[in-house]
Amino acid sequence: MNLWLELLTQPFIDYGFMRRALAGAWALSFAAGPLGVFLVLRRLSLMGDAMAHAILPGVAVGFLTAGLSLSAMTLGGLVTGVVVALLAGLVSRLTPLREDASFAAFYLVSLGLGVLLVSLRGTNMDLIHVLFGTVLGLNDAALLLVTAVSSVTLLALAALFRVLVIECLDPLFLRAEGGAGAWAHMAFLLLLVLNLVAGFQVLGTLMVVGIMMLPATAARFWVRSVGSQMILAAALGAASSYAGLLVSYYQDVPASPAIILAAGLLYFVSVAIGPHGGILQLVRQSRQRRARLLESMGS
Amino acid sequence: MRRRPARSLSAWSAAAVLVLCGAMLPRAHAQAPSDRIRVVATFSILADMVREVGGDRLDIQAIVGPNGDAHAFEPTPRDARALGAAQVLVRNGLGFEGWLPRLLDAAGFKGLDVVASDGVRPRVLGDEEQALEAHGHETHDHEPHGHGHAGDVDPHAWQDLSNGVIYVRNIARGLAAADPAHADEYRRRADAYALRLQDEDRAWRNDLEAVPPARRVMMTTHDAFGYLGQAYGIRIVSVLGLSSEAEPAAGALARIIDQIRDRGIRAMFLEKAVNPTLMRRITQETGARIGGTLYSDTLDAPGTPAGTYLGMFRWNARLILEAMRG
Repeated sequence: MNLWLELLTQPFIDYGFMRRALAGAWALSFAAGPLGVFLVLRRLSLMGDAMAHAILPGVAVGFLTAGLSLSAMTLGGLVTGVVVALLAGLVSRLTPLREDASFAAFYLVSLGLGVLLVSLRGTNMDLIHVLFGTVLGLNDAALLLVTAVSSVTLLALAALFRVLVIECLDPLFLRAEGGAGAWAHMAFLLLLVLNLVAGFQVLGTLMVVGIMMLPATAARFWVRSVGSQMILAAALGAASSYAGLLVSYYQDVPASPAIILAAGLLYFVSVAIGPHGGILQLVRQSRQRRARLLESMGS
Repeated sequence: MRRRPARSLSAWSAAAVLVLCGAMLPRAHAQAPSDRIRVVATFSILADMVREVGGDRLDIQAIVGPNGDAHAFEPTPRDARALGAAQVLVRNGLGFEGWLPRLLDAAGFKGLDVVASDGVRPRVLGDEEQALEAHGHETHDHEPHGHGHAGDVDPHAWQDLSNGVIYVRNIARGLAAADPAHADEYRRRADAYALRLQDEDRAWRNDLEAVPPARRVMMTTHDAFGYLGQAYGIRIVSVLGLSSEAEPAAGALARIIDQIRDRGIRAMFLEKAVNPTLMRRITQETGARIGGTLYSDTLDAPGTPAGTYLGMFRWNARLILEAMRG
């Protein structure tokens, strides 16, 4: 028993970077999990990855004006992300084009512009790689950024919760009731971009998008209500981070993929045996139905 | 009346297309003939050497300019044009320019191809590092990091000044073949430059004598200094897997931190364009400091201290000495 405890905690006791990685990953999970639940509800699940590419022109402008300054590039990325998200949201509200298609169009244009801008300077440095951080490299400023963003997100989600849920599930009703659905949605998009860009700079794309989406998709197999899904998503994200970091430590595999694969494993398990829509459940229900049918035919 | 505008429209468009085609024809033959030999060097270090040997007789262009990354370089049409018009190409060889074969095809280069590293005794990537890790831990975390795998030939031969001399002589020989009329001048300039390189080599070895052998160790994120370590007796702890492309395993990072603490490494060196967050994390946890930026496979902009090959070497040498002295 003692050996297990030691194995599970010693790496974090010994090394500062492990503690920071855990803290950063947990801060991310607590905010990204709930956001991910909303993304799944709104069918915007691929938005996270697309956003990683959409912010390139802002990053490029930041680089072109201020050189390799992380804050300039992050600010540029943030501004671009917000612009893209808001424009896409606007187009989807005003035209027949749906949100995912609208966003796809905007992010592709943005990406093309970004690639062009990067090539203007002549140096062929991979800007995005310079911008994106890694979970193992969290310094004080980075940790502060991710926890601050996480706190702000949680507070905002708490305030907007009702409106967001209704907006997701019955937007016409909300509009009829005169609710500020559009504002809530814009606020949600802003929160999303903030989390993504800050997350990219601190933790890298794979990790941020993965922690945002995988626990959320897994959570819906265990609980019904949006609120409990959000809590479960956060918890699953935290658990995956912990497990992933340990595997990365003991098995010599890179940290972010380890965390994401841990989350992925949880997802597969959820799909298989989750009580709400899991495959096992499906099989059991179909068997029960057949048994009942046979019974009713027999009697 | 209706037909004439159509005919004139098609006539005009045909004329426009012809003019456009004519404008896009290769310009090489339209250039005013100059008596300067057109030389293209693959990257800034070679360009500087060629400049030293050839001086004003040459019209030199570098494909990968100062502060460029020759490993991850993507050629553009402009490079193909420059190469197509060149009479001499100076390249490093040893697998450094992975993008060159395709560019050569695209450019239709028909000039003289000079391999600067001809005659250099190559070393293999991973040799040093494996020797270092042997008594430490059994696992080898030499993940590929976009530059080469353990077992590949290390192309950074110019880090050893005596290899630099070989480079210079090869360049002189190539220039002499392309421009026999001035062969003597090239040879003279090459000899003078080689002397300066050898002087610098001696001075550097002298400085190193003052550092106790146990302290002759340096840590970098790039395995570009193998020849330096081998030639001048410096142990290079090259932290592979910390480049901008790869994310290390947490276990690997922990072992690196252990190594720094155990070996008492005082300073570590960043590569240009490497994500510095991991390095900073390591320095904060071990108390080692970041020793500055070393130039491994590119020069700095012209006019800066590291804008020439000798300048680059002196820059690196100074920083390495400071780091070793603690």
